Amino acid sequence: MQSQATYNYKVVRQFAVMTVIWGIVGMLVGVIIAAQLVWPELSVHEFLSYGRLRPLHTNAVIFAFGGCALFATSYYAVQRTSHAPLFAPGLAAFTFWGWQVVIVLAALSLPLGFTSAKEYAELEWPIDILITIVWVSYAIVFFGTIAKRTVSHIYVANWFFGGFILTVAILHLVNSAEIPVFAAGILTPKSYSAYAGVQDAMIQWWYGHNAVGFFLTAGFLGMMYYFVPKQAGRPVYSYRLSVVHFWALIFTYMWAGPHHLHYTALPDWTQSVGMIFSLILLAPSWGGMINGIMTLSGAWHKLRDDPVLKFMITSLSFYGMSTFEGPMMSIKTVNALSHYTDWTVGHVHSGALGWVAMISIGSIYYLLPRLFGKAEMYSTKLITTHFWIATIGVVLYIASLWIAGVMQGLMWRATNVDGTLTYSFVESVKASYPFWTIRLLGGVLFLSGMILMAYNMFMTIAGGRAVNDARVPVPAGAH
Amino acid sequence: MSDFVSGFWNMYVMVIVLLSVLGCGVFLWTQSSALHKPGETTGHVWDEDLAEFSNPLPSWWRWLFYITVVFALFYIAMYPGFGNFGGQFGWTSKNQYEKEMADADTKFGPVFKKYQSQDVMAVAANSEAKEMGQRLFLTYCAQCHGSDAKGAKGFPNLTDKDWLFGGAPDQIKESIIKGRDAMMPAKGVKPDLNGDQIKDLANYVRSLSGLPGDSIRAQRGMEVFGAACAACHGAEGKGTVGLAPNLTDKTWLYSSSEEAIIETITKGRVNRMPAFGEFLGDAKIHLLTAYVYGLGGGEAAAPAAAAAAPEAAAPAAAPAEEKK
Repeated sequence: MQSQATYNYKVVRQFAVMTVIWGIVGMLVGVIIAAQLVWPELSVHEFLSYGRLRPLHTNAVIFAFGGCALFATSYYAVQRTSHAPLFAPGLAAFTFWGWQVVIVLAALSLPLGFTSAKEYAELEWPIDILITIVWVSYAIVFFGTIAKRTVSHIYVANWFFGGFILTVAILHLVNSAEIPVFAAGILTPKSYSAYAGVQDAMIQWWYGHNAVGFFLTAGFLGMMYYFVPKQAGRPVYSYRLSVVHFWALIFTYMWAGPHHLHYTALPDWTQSVGMIFSLILLAPSWGGMINGIMTLSGAWHKLRDDPVLKFMITSLSFYGMSTFEGPMMSIKTVNALSHYTDWTVGHVHSGALGWVAMISIGSIYYLLPRLFGKAEMYSTKLITTHFWIATIGVVLYIASLWIAGVMQGLMWRATNVDGTLTYSFVESVKASYPFWTIRLLGGVLFLSGMILMAYNMFMTIAGGRAVNDARVPVPAGAH
Repeated sequence: MSDFVSGFWNMYVMVIVLLSVLGCGVFLWTQSSALHKPGETTGHVWDEDLAEFSNPLPSWWRWLFYITVVFALFYIAMYPGFGNFGGQFGWTSKNQYEKEMADADTKFGPVFKKYQSQDVMAVAANSEAKEMGQRLFLTYCAQCHGSDAKGAKGFPNLTDKDWLFGGAPDQIKESIIKGRDAMMPAKGVKPDLNGDQIKDLANYVRSLSGLPGDSIRAQRGMEVFGAACAACHGAEGKGTVGLAPNLTDKTWLYSSSEEAIIETITKGRVNRMPAFGEFLGDAKIHLLTAYVYGLGGGEAAAPAAAAAAPEAAAPAAAPAEEKK
């Protein structure tokens, strides 16, 4: 049969390289806004003001860096675990260019002030339509490849990738339902949400929390399920655990959104339901961590001198930590202290830097030599350096914001003997400066690591060749 | 009040929530007893070497999962979450708020009430009341007027002797209770002013407080002033309390630059201080009035007001008169 068939590495290569590039861009914007908090005078122009750069940062790291990493790894894993080249290669190429256009449009429109004002869904309706088209194409390529697989079972990584692709499509379509504004009879890029009031808030945070749950969790668990056992050279710890935590995770995440709206106009019963499912979510989340870390049992020694594996296992530790912290913060009593403080920002980054970025970095280090015809990266030593810089960066980042967040929460609720507030808001801002400076340092370290990675990547590419001849195995029955 | 428009939605939510929580537990239970062969793989291999062990679910993990499911059931039995059933504890976020407010009133009410019967000027002279007033000011007023009460562009300075709505105790109190709305129409009462006339006018207005400018323009501006501005600001530009600011003093709400004055004339100004009466209550407002009064710019009470409380006004009038 298809003895000549080869895997489609081109699109994987494109996305893998852009993961590193967009990672640097997105994290650089993060460093700039962190610096603006310490030195507000750095807000030099309206296009570069905090309010406009902050959504650019979140969109760039989630959808550009994270998105490219997910495209690269899912396209690689789905082909190789389906024993079939990508379905509809033309459409796959379109998803690459289409996604890059979305990113560039975001990078232009957000600083210019075009925003739908929905967190993590700020892009205006014309870009939303393009995202929809690219995403449907992605689903066709991904599920098409699954459909033409030549192995009987679907590998666990693909359940997670598949769940992520389907759910993100639904989340995007529902939350981005909006009505464009006609000004003097002319269609403008501005739009308003199709929902109003507390319903709009609920839809937004149903979206917002599931963007975390599916884009930043299920997708990256798919990555984990392919690259951790590959790099460790060990079977996944438990098939049963992967079944149970997959279904439990995708089911309970759907309910957790209301914990973003504790003590608001959202009805009490909705808040409570959001909270109980956030607590139930703890075990399903930890299922992924256990399955990843325990995959290494019997091969712990590999952790000693394999920095790629270090990235992966550390990412799982941060994943476990932030998915413990999340349910705790969803408890109303804890949330009353943590909400609106920098604790939330620290929590998000222990997930975003510690889990999402580190598992992506590990996976991309795994991919690059294979995509460019090398036995290993240009410098393993640089990967080790990258690992330590990144780890110290994350720890500084989240520890400083824990302290800042708890301090802010306590300052805001402190009262004098006559019941007046002990501190005005600006005093809590002033008290936060030292911690914001440490956070900035953490961010700079993490960004420096990415720059090392880019150097390592370009040197690997320079000494390598584009691999386009990785053979698809011939199905056993075809001989 | 029910959160649901009909009983159907109440039932719908109850059934879905209960089935979902129980479903998690039942699913876990059925999966726990599934066949497993520890240490062996399932037999499937992907991409050369990817395989999965057939290990059972770790039992501590299963218990963790069960505990959260049981806690969830307990929680919706005790707290709102199960449709219209409000939970055994009878808690709502609204009654938590009301209870905390009531508790605070009982506890702190007397602390504030103590001063309510005293005259504003007497309270202003009391150092303990002043500290309390400052804390209230920092909580409710500093966001706009600044922690030193010196204001900012568009937000009046409360420490000087310039008062847009009067600096007597009753006038200050009225500003806090009812708030203030102020509006200067664009181009005063002459909507047909052209750019050149506005520039002349700006030079004239600057000259009123001795600021340098183009004297020829200022001369021409004087005539325009009479037609467009004098109706409110007065022929001499000295303004009227409560109607239009005095333009001859050196106090500027929106900066004294020619550019800013041109902007004010061209576009007009709309400003508002929100009303705090209902939100803060009489006792706190009394303290705040005294604090603002005591910041340095307070004016003696109008004769009518002084007559209403002659016994208290006498001793406290001294510091106010000193400033005059």
